[in-house]
Amino acid sequence: MSGAELLLDYLTRYFSVVLFIVIALGFGVVTLLASHLVQPKFPETEKLSPYECGSEPFSDARMPFPVRYYIFAMLFVIFDIEVIFLYPWAVVFDKIGLIGLVEMLVFIGLFLVAYVYAWKKGALEWD
Amino acid sequence: MATLVFFYFAGVIVLTSLLVVALRNPIYSALSLLIMFFHVAGLYVTLRAEFLAAVQIIVYAGAILVLYLFVVMLLNVKREERYHQQFPIGAFLGLTILTEVLLLAYHRSSANEPALPLSQAARTMSNGQSVATGVAPAVGNTETIGEVLYSTYLFPFEVASLILLVAMIGAIILAKRDLFGEGKS
Repeated sequence: MSGAELLLDYLTRYFSVVLFIVIALGFGVVTLLASHLVQPKFPETEKLSPYECGSEPFSDARMPFPVRYYIFAMLFVIFDIEVIFLYPWAVVFDKIGLIGLVEMLVFIGLFLVAYVYAWKKGALEWD
Repeated sequence: MATLVFFYFAGVIVLTSLLVVALRNPIYSALSLLIMFFHVAGLYVTLRAEFLAAVQIIVYAGAILVLYLFVVMLLNVKREERYHQQFPIGAFLGLTILTEVLLLAYHRSSANEPALPLSQAARTMSNGQSVATGVAPAVGNTETIGEVLYSTYLFPFEVASLILLVAMIGAIILAKRDLFGEGKS
């Protein structure tokens, strides 16, 4: 088998993933399209005006967000990367034994320091 | 067929990368960046790096893009016109990097290394997998990464933890001024 054939064989294993993506995209597209085609259209100015929860909007929706959101996003990225390291560890946990456990405890211990620091500094507080 | 898969991913990556800088609405730029991240993940899959593909989606599409979107929403940029004034310097830097890449590619091909990324990757991967792990080329190289990361590259792994700790403290220190400033007022 040549390299290209091997790769093709390998890629066919991902057919289910591709199928899943196609169904997911298709569901959204077909739903929107069907409702667009089937819906009755009697436009009026009152109907077409923007509303939120029944009341008239009183300002532009695109207003600056508080910077606090950004801190949460940054902390999320860091903890996300921590979790990334946990996946391969969990997969080979039975092979690397006690050393692996100690390694991961050191790793998580350092993260715990960061977590306690963030907590003490009030970075996790909203107000 | 395999080459077709590569060109599909590469083409979409190039197109969406161009859209990221060309679109005037920063939200659209961020969304085309999202499509690009997913296609880069697809490219990783064709290179048999499934773990990297998953990381690409979880970290980049899941977390980094949220950061970008937050920046857009924090700064409240509706239509960015300033980027397009930086076109001359952007073109200059782009051309410089392009020349560099082309020179590197030329040197590689002259050193008898095939420039076709797919067939080359497939060959080295199929060889490397059978030699390194002895397992059948089943779907999943997370196991291999785990075995290597937690034995050979133990020290870099722990250093990564330390770097992330520093990054977190840095993020809090940088944001703290604002946190306490807003808290007082």
